[in-house]
Amino acid sequence: MIEREQVLHVARLSRLRLSEEEIDTLTGELSSVLDHVDKLAEVDLEGVEPTSHVVPLENVLRSDEPRPSLDREVALSQAPDPHDGAFRVPSPQAEA
Amino acid sequence: MGDIELIAASGAETAAKIANGEVSADEVLDFWLQRASGDALNGYLWSADRESARDGVDPDGGAIAGVPLAIKDIFCTEGVPTTAASKILGGYIPPYTATSVRNTRAAGLPMLGKTNMDEFAMGSSNENSAYGPSLNPWDTDRVPGGSSGGSAAVVAGGLAPWALGTDTGGSIRQPAGFCGIVGLKPTYGAISRFGMIAFASSLDQCGPLTRDVTDAALLLDVLQGRDDYDSTSVGIDGDVKAPTAERLDGLTFGVPRGLMSEGIEAGVLARFEETLIRIAELGGEIVDIELPHAGHAISAYYVLAPAEASTNLQRYDGVRYGLRASDEDLLAMYEVTREDGFGPEVKRRIMLGTYALSSGFYDAYYGRAQRVRTRIVEDFDRAFGKVDFVVTPTSPTVAFKLGEKTADPWTMYLSDIFTVPISLAGIPAISIPAGLAEPDGGGPELPVGFQIAAPAFAEQKLIEASFALEQAIGFDGSAGLAGGVR
Repeated sequence: MIEREQVLHVARLSRLRLSEEEIDTLTGELSSVLDHVDKLAEVDLEGVEPTSHVVPLENVLRSDEPRPSLDREVALSQAPDPHDGAFRVPSPQAEA
Repeated sequence: MGDIELIAASGAETAAKIANGEVSADEVLDFWLQRASGDALNGYLWSADRESARDGVDPDGGAIAGVPLAIKDIFCTEGVPTTAASKILGGYIPPYTATSVRNTRAAGLPMLGKTNMDEFAMGSSNENSAYGPSLNPWDTDRVPGGSSGGSAAVVAGGLAPWALGTDTGGSIRQPAGFCGIVGLKPTYGAISRFGMIAFASSLDQCGPLTRDVTDAALLLDVLQGRDDYDSTSVGIDGDVKAPTAERLDGLTFGVPRGLMSEGIEAGVLARFEETLIRIAELGGEIVDIELPHAGHAISAYYVLAPAEASTNLQRYDGVRYGLRASDEDLLAMYEVTREDGFGPEVKRRIMLGTYALSSGFYDAYYGRAQRVRTRIVEDFDRAFGKVDFVVTPTSPTVAFKLGEKTADPWTMYLSDIFTVPISLAGIPAISIPAGLAEPDGGGPELPVGFQIAAPAFAEQKLIEASFALEQAIGFDGSAGLAGGVR
C-alpha cells in the first residue's frame, strides 16, 4: 500500500508535476504493483549478497591522457536555450 | 531478379546474391527503401533516403556488406533524429553515433530507418510509444510485442531484411516470438552499450532481430566486442561463426516445469511440447530442472529496472537537449518539462523506482531485490551444472490485441515471465519460431516463440543448437512477410 501523501512526496523527488488525476491513478497502480513486489519478503535471503553487476569485472582503467571531445558548439547544438557558450536556464529565485 | 525473392531472402542470402553479381548493392538498397516507404505497420519513426542510408558506411565492409539494416530508435545516430519514442526527445539530433551502429556501418550495412518502440524501451506491446503503436504484420489488430516492436514488425513484415533491437527484460525475444522471427539477447557485456539510450544499465543489452539463426550469428559477430567507451563491455572470445550443426546429440535441455505451472495458452504449450519432441528426435536429451526463485523474477525486476531507470532518466530536465516546457523558474522548468515530456508508463516507472530508492525504503526494496537477483543467478548456475540449455516458451501467450492488457500494469508485466529471469542472470538467450497457434478463446493462428538460454558467453553453442532445431522445425514466415505493406 502507498498513501496519496507518499505519492506526492515521490513526485516531488522525481521532479514530476503530476495532475490531480495522475496522482489518483498512480496511488492505485503503485499500490497494486508494490503488493506484488512485497512477495519478495517470502524469499530466504539469509547470508545472500546483493548482485549489482553480473559479469565479473576488475576495475577498468585507461591512461589519463587528453583526447578530443565534443566541440562546445556541437555540445550546445541541441540546447533549448544556448547563450554565450553555455546552457541558459531560468532563475531559481522564484523557488524561494 | 524478382522482388519476391528479395523480400523473402535472409541477410546472408541477400549478401550472397550481391557477391555473385545477381543483384547490385545499389539495387538492394533501392528495393528496401521502396519497401520501407510503404510501411503499413507504423514500424519506422524515421526512414532514410539513399544518401543518409549510406552515411559512414564502408562499401567494402566484408561478407555481409550491402544488406540494409533497420535500427531501433534507441540508438544514437549522428545527424539523424533519435527519440526513444518519447516526446521529451522529439526533434533531438544526437552529436555522435552508438558504437554498435558504427560497427554495422564498418561492416557495410546501410541504415534503412529508425524503428518504433515503447518509450525508453519500457513496455511489452509497443503501445507506450509516444508516436502510436507499431502493428503485428500477422494481424494488424494485434501488438508486435515490445519494446523492440518496430524492429520485429519490419523484419517479419518484409520491410527490412534484419534489425537491431535492445533487450532489458525481454524486449528482443518477446517481440521476435510474437512476430515469428529470430531474436537474440547476447550475454550482458557482449556488445557495447555506448550510444544506446539507457533504461536499466545493469540489464540493457543490444542484439539482432533476424529472419533466421544464421543471420543472428552474422550480426552478432559484427556487433560484439570490447569498447573503450563502455567499461562494462567485454566482448565474446573469438569470432562468432555461421552455424552448421545438424544434430543435438549429447546436449541436454532443461525444462523449468515449476515456472510453467499456470497462465500459458494451450496453443503455446502444444508448440512447446512438440519442439521438445523435435529436440529428442535430433538426439538431444530433455531433463526437468528447478529454478526455485525464478517465480520471483518479475517482482525483483520491477524494483531493479525502475530504480535504475529513475536515475538514468534524471538527465531529461530541459537544460541541455530535448524538450523544455516552462521558463517560469528553475524548478518549474524541471517539473513541467518532465510532466509534459514523459508518457504514463515512464512516469509510473520513475515513481516506482524513486520510491524504491527513497530514504527508509531502500533496504526493503532495492537491497532486497538485488539479493533475490543473486538467488536467481545461483539458480541458473546450478541448472547449468546439469544441463547445456534451459528452454521455455518465449511468452505465455501469442500476440495479444491492441488495448487488451493496458488497463492493469501487472498483467502486462507478466507477459515477460519467461524472459525476465534470464535478463537478471545476464545470460544469453534466443527466441526462434516454433510454429503457429490460435490464442485461447480462438482467433487467427499466430507465431509462437521457443526460448533457449545458455551459460554466459556460450553464444556459439547456443547458435549451433538453435540452428539445428530451426532446420528441423522449418517455420514458414511468408504470411507475415505479406502483411507489412498496404
